[in-house]
Formats: sequence, structure tokens, C-alpha cells
Amino acid sequence: MELNSKVPSGPLAEKWTRHKFDMKLVNPANKRKYKVIVVGSGLAGASAAASLAELGYQVSCFCFQDSPRRAHSIAAQGGINAAKNYPNDGDSVQRLFYDTIKGGDYRSREANVYRLAEVSVNIIDQCVAQGVPFAREYGGLLANRSFGGAQVSRTFYARGQTGQQLLLGAYQALERQIGLGKVRMHVRHEMQQLVVIDGKARGIVVRDLETGAVESHAADAVVLATGGYGTVFHLATCAKGTNGTAIWRAYKKGAAFANPCYTQIHPTCIPVTGDHQSKLTLMSESLRNDGRVWVPKRRGDDRPPNQIPRDERDYYLERKYPAFGNLAARDVTSRAAKEVCDEGRGVGASGRGVYLDFADAIGRLGENAIRERYGNLFDMYERITDENPYKTPMRIYPASHYTMGGLWVDYNLMSTVEGLFVLGEANFSDHGANRLGASALMQGLADGYFVAPYTIGDYFGAVRTFEKAETDRPEFKAAEAEVAERTKRLLGIQGDRTPDDFHRELGHVMWDLCGMSRNEEGLKKALAQLPELRREFWRGVRVPGTGAELNQSLEKAGRVADLIELGELLCLDALERRESCGAHFREEFQTPDHEARRDDERFCHVAAWEYKGEDSPPVRHVEPLNFENAHLQTRSYK
Amino acid sequence: MAGHAEEKLLNLTLRVWRQKDRADKGRFETYKEEARGISTDMSFLEMLDVVNERLIKSGREPIAFDNDCREGICGQCGVVIDGAPHGPRRATTTCQLHMRSFTDGAELTVEPWRAAAFPVVKDLIVDRGAFDRVVAAGGFVSVNTGNAPEANGLPVPKQDSDLAMDAAACIGCGACVAACPNASAMLFVSAKAQHLNLLPQGQPERDSRSLAMLDQAQAEGFGSCTLHAECEAACPKEISIKFIARTNRDYARAAARKPR
Repeated sequence: MELNSKVPSGPLAEKWTRHKFDMKLVNPANKRKYKVIVVGSGLAGASAAASLAELGYQVSCFCFQDSPRRAHSIAAQGGINAAKNYPNDGDSVQRLFYDTIKGGDYRSREANVYRLAEVSVNIIDQCVAQGVPFAREYGGLLANRSFGGAQVSRTFYARGQTGQQLLLGAYQALERQIGLGKVRMHVRHEMQQLVVIDGKARGIVVRDLETGAVESHAADAVVLATGGYGTVFHLATCAKGTNGTAIWRAYKKGAAFANPCYTQIHPTCIPVTGDHQSKLTLMSESLRNDGRVWVPKRRGDDRPPNQIPRDERDYYLERKYPAFGNLAARDVTSRAAKEVCDEGRGVGASGRGVYLDFADAIGRLGENAIRERYGNLFDMYERITDENPYKTPMRIYPASHYTMGGLWVDYNLMSTVEGLFVLGEANFSDHGANRLGASALMQGLADGYFVAPYTIGDYFGAVRTFEKAETDRPEFKAAEAEVAERTKRLLGIQGDRTPDDFHRELGHVMWDLCGMSRNEEGLKKALAQLPELRREFWRGVRVPGTGAELNQSLEKAGRVADLIELGELLCLDALERRESCGAHFREEFQTPDHEARRDDERFCHVAAWEYKGEDSPPVRHVEPLNFENAHLQTRSYK
Repeated sequence: MAGHAEEKLLNLTLRVWRQKDRADKGRFETYKEEARGISTDMSFLEMLDVVNERLIKSGREPIAFDNDCREGICGQCGVVIDGAPHGPRRATTTCQLHMRSFTDGAELTVEPWRAAAFPVVKDLIVDRGAFDRVVAAGGFVSVNTGNAPEANGLPVPKQDSDLAMDAAACIGCGACVAACPNASAMLFVSAKAQHLNLLPQGQPERDSRSLAMLDQAQAEGFGSCTLHAECEAACPKEISIKFIARTNRDYARAAARKPR
């Protein structure tokens, strides 16, 4: 397997412009002859599907939810970054590029990141034109705020519902194309298999989740925009339906999986209450702009927070990272919380929590100002915990939130399977080993609106003639048979454990042994436990009902089976990366003050895994990372 | 912990609507054993998860219900609990409703949204495709990717932008339809239309949007609005019916200006 990043030559700032000029074009009369399948309808999928249809391609879009508007991009709260420099505080494309490279701990590809920063300004223009109601100042111009990991205010937001508003913008653009007959939308359909013919991605096999029918769909290019695999930890801020199935099936058909061990643990989530817990809820990191994080200085101090005097509190982020304080990067903040809880200074019934306190901000700005900024988040917190955060500090703890790893893609966002493009969180491209706050929305929309519509055209222009792929080809029939066989197998086991039960166990293994910090011993233990869990799953899962109806247990079972396998690759990747970088923290590799210690000599590269079949271990390939513009430094938030 | 009610365990009786598929007539089934020992810290959907785990283990079919984000924003969940869409708590989706809102020994009736335009797919799941078709009819600004002018080129008064955001907060769950005695979708349609009609970007298509969306809603089989305001009370995002008044005006204006 060859990992050719296809990064264009020339100075960094000119690469994308030059590349666009060098691309093959498809004339308007020919565009309508090409078919594109888009799987996923979140920010990346919906924006790509709409933009490709606007250009004239025939587009089919698939989502497992009942409407494309439900995709989990909708839950992003805080905002979207863009290098507009409206606040005149020194931001620029160059600075956003640099912050993103540094935030990713020098494990991302320079050219991709620069392009992301470059098109960030177009995203804001596009969204405003669509009617996205971003927050505004009294003069009528757009408002900005600062966000975790940045010292400039470059984040645009729509109250605490930025993801929702951006997704509705993309969804409306998509619905417009559906109404015009340019996009065929398939809701409640889940991709089950990628179909590769003569080395090119030519279609997918899906299951109609309402009727159970297995269907083939052919195309000239396939786009996966199916999000991340954060639910490998079971409890996560992801939606319940979030899964790794589409990318995992593509991996098994030849798409390399890059950096699976880069998983982000978000520092500000509501702590777990009990075994019944089905998901964790994020409290936007924008709260760290005004909230102060602390724990008692003394271990086992169980006085109510309001009765702990100020000099007996440890505002540990401000103490350890005076320059960034409560705004230090996500991975740094998460680990710091784990550290104080491991010391026995955690708060709440479980001892796995820290305070996020607004008393000072309320004292300074008044309760109304805080309500205006975060009202909906405070309400949500109160609804879940039954505590009033205006009166008593919030309790927060880190939770699985985002996955920087994903399918390997080149500069054109094409995977190692020709004609298979991967967008948004599903790819690995832009965030390196750690993503900055408010950058996921930016990347999803950059890929979907401004990158893939160009690069897919270039692919069509370069390949030119496609033999028509019909769904009666043997490759489609074989894939359909595989899907039917797997369904039959899952239904036939009739064991005594539910799919959720296995998912919970997977989550425990992953969180305990491959979560916020990792070590060789734990990873080896996980790599022994996971194959056993996989065997136990295929012996003991119980899926009621049939395959020819709406069957939510069957859907879950299929997703959990894939997540167990994906978890194994994640642990293997974590084991092989013998350094700490960004969100990947290996206990063996840390500085005396417990910061991540990178090994640029040996690990300044992307690790991309190639599937070698059921009975052979996957092969690790390497794409070296060259830093010509941002110079390798030790990341510091002090 | 200050203000935090202690966790308690509830024994409930659930009467749940079970319907195999679109063609099935459907009926209520009662679950008592399966709904014992429910923690007040659970969300309503986590309670259903627990009931389903117990049903599966005893060889029965779990209750199908829609859900996804479980943090009150995706709009995919929603059931009628004792006649109230999303249950008894104001401004709360079913996934954010916690069992501490119920008392020990309670008997709860759980049904899907009931409306001709929302056919039941299975158990508590309905087909809300009609909402998507209303949006496809006109709920957008016709701007292709790449067409956009500089974002700050057009200032928008903060109060207009804030009002548009109030409308745009709609999550498209359909509780408004379920709450309405006429099964009207007027609150949803108005929220979607006014989000754009209130902004300068939405002006060029204000008339065509207002006509197309309302006509589509009628074609889908939603009832007419007679201002009962049940929708506003049921809306988990507290969308105001003042947007309905604005939409009626926009529709009348557009109809009057329409070239004959």
C-alpha cells in the first residue's frame, strides 16, 4: 500500500490556489452523467451533497436517522472558528494555521491545515448568506468570542446552538436540491458494505432500516461523511446512533485507517451517575471563558462547595498554566482533571468530578449577563442533575467526545481506495493528535462546501470514462449476500446477553485501559481482552425479531460488533505509538511535570493501518510529516 | 449536595402502544414487572432502555422508539406520556425528562405522536418525512456554494437576528403537531419560515417561501391552525405562537401580491 499524500508543490500559501487551477474540469453537460453517493448528512455530508448537486452531479444521500437534519453535528454547542480577524486582535490565516498545527501537537499535515484555515473565511460568508443567525453586536455586525486553546477571538456562534444552526443551513441547502430533484435522499438507511470494482469504489450496499430490505446503489464516486467512532467508549457525548460501521467496512475493503489512537476526551461533561447511564452530556467548553475550575486542596474534603474557603481551593488550571488558565487545550485540561481525581480530590458522589464555578463571573457581570451567554446550557445542566448552577458550582468530568483518527485521505480527501472520498470527522486529516475547540464544524464544512466538490470533479476529469456500474454486477451480488449472511448469523445466535450489554463491557475495557492515559501493560491487557470479547459476542449475543422489519436490536448488534473490532485496532495503534502526543498520552513518555513528551525522531508521522484479512494482523504504514512552515516545538500552555 | 434530590427507586406500570408496522392496527400492552426499580436519576429514555433490556432477556420484542442525541437538540425522540407530548415537564424533550418527575406507583400511558400526516412506522416511531418536504418546498435561501458575499457586508440589526434565532431554535420534533387538536403543523412551519423571513437574506424569497411552505403543509394532510396554542405549551424549545401571526400575515401579503 502506498501512502501518497499528493500535496501540491509550491509555497504553502499558494498550494490550494495553484492546485485548483491545475485540476481537470468537467464540462456542465458531462457533470450530469456522473453519479455520487454521499453517506451521512451531517455538516460534511449535507454540505457536500448540496454543493455537488448544485454543480450538476447526480447525488444520492443516505442517513440512518429519520431526517438529514438529525445528524450529530447538530449537537455542537460552542462555535466555529474562522480567520476573519473582525475583532482586530491579530488573527490571520497564518495564525489559525499555526494554532491548529500546535493544538494538534505537530501530528497533522501542514498543507491540509493551511487550506482549512484559508477556506474558513468562506465558510462564514456562505453560512451568513444561507441565513444562519450568528450572534451579532448592536451595530449589526457579527460577534466573536474566544475559545479553548486560542488567544484570539475568532469563534463565531449562535447562542449555545452553533452546530444546530450550521447544520440547518446545510440541511436547507440539501433540501432545496432534494426539492429540485437533484438529490435523492434515503433516510433510515444504513450503509452495510462498500462495493469496489476493478480497484475503484463503485457503490454501496445498504439496509433499509424500516423494511429490512438489502439494496445496492451504484455510483462513480462514494463519499463517506459518517462521523467518528467515539462510541467505542460506550459512554460518550456522541449520539446513541453514532457508529464506526461505514468506515470500518471501508477499511476492510482496502481503505487505510489512520491514527485510530487519537481520540479526544472532552474536559467539560456532566459526570456519570449510574449503570443505567446511556450517554454523557457535554457542557460547552465556552463555559471555560467565565467559569473557574477547582477542587478542594485537601483530599476527601466533602464539605459543600460554598463552604470551602477560597484559600482551601485549588484552581489547578490557573496554577499550572498561568498563560492560558482555564482555557488550556482540551487534552491538557482533561488529564489535569483525571490527575486531581486520582489524587482523591475529586468531587460529587463518585469522586470523579471537578467544579466549574461561575460565582466570580456572576459577581463581576451579574446573573443576567451569564444567563444571556449560557442560559440554555445552565438549564440543561439543571434538568439533568437537579442542581442550580447559578447557585452551586457545576460538576464536570472528561468524556469521550471526538476522534481525530479516521480513514486516511490524501490532499484531495481521497482514501487509499480510488474514488472513495472521506470527509469531516470520518477522515484523519486536519487535527493531528488533538482538535481545538470550534474546529470540527469548520473542518466538516470546509471539506463539504469547499474541498470535495473540487477534488471529486478533478477525479472524474482525470479518470474520464467510467464503465457503467450496474447493481447486477457480481460484486454487488456478493456484497448483498455478505450482508444477508451476517444478519442471519446475528439473529441465529440467540444467546443471553443484549447488544447494549456487550457495548457497556467494551466501553469499560476501552475507558479503563485506553482512555485518557495509556501504558504498555494496560494496552496489552486490552489486546488480550478484546478478541475474547469479540468471540463472546458472536457466541452470546441475543437479537430478537427478524431481519425483515424495523429491528433496533439488530442495528445495535451490527454496530457493536464493528466497534469491538475497531477498539482492537485503536489499542494496537496506541501500543505502537511509543510517545505521548496531544490526546494520546502514554504514561511511559512524560516530562517530569507530567506533560506529554513527543518523540519527533521516531514518530513524526501518520500511522495508517492496512487490513490483511480475518486471520492476519493489520500492517502499519507510515506517512512522514514534514514541517516546513510551523517549526516543531514543545507545546506549552504555561 | 445542595438542591439535589436523593436518588429513589420507582415501581411503575407502563401502558405502551405496540404496533408491528404501518399496516398493523396496534394495541396497548401493559408492563409492570419490567418497570420496577427505576432510578429517579434515569432519563425517560433510559427507563425505556432498562425495560427493553428486560424484555429482550425474557425473549420478547423490545419497544421501538426513536432517539439519537439524547441531549435535547436533534429532535428525533418524542413520545406522548399521559396525553402530553414529551411528558409533563415544560420546555423538555423526552430524552431530557428525568424519572424524578414521576412518583412511585404511577401508571403511565406511552403513545406515539398521533397525526394523519405522521403515520406510525412501528410502536412509538412515526414517519415525519412531511416536515422535510415542507422545508424542501421553500424553507431555504437559494444561494449556491461559492455565491456568498462578505459576511459583514450586510449588517443585521441585533434584535432581528435574535428574533430569527428564537424561531430557528425549532428542533423539528413534531410535538406541536401531536399537541394540536387539529394536528396542525403551523408552529413548525412558522418557525422555519420566520427564521428566514425575518432576516435580510430571506427577503428576496419571502413571498414564494411563505406560499410554498404553507401549501405543502396543507398537501401533507396537516390540519388548519385555529390558535389553540397547545403547540406553544408542548414545544420543548418554547417557540412562540407570535411566529404564527407573522406567518399568517406573510402568507396573506404574498397571496395578495401574487401576479395573476
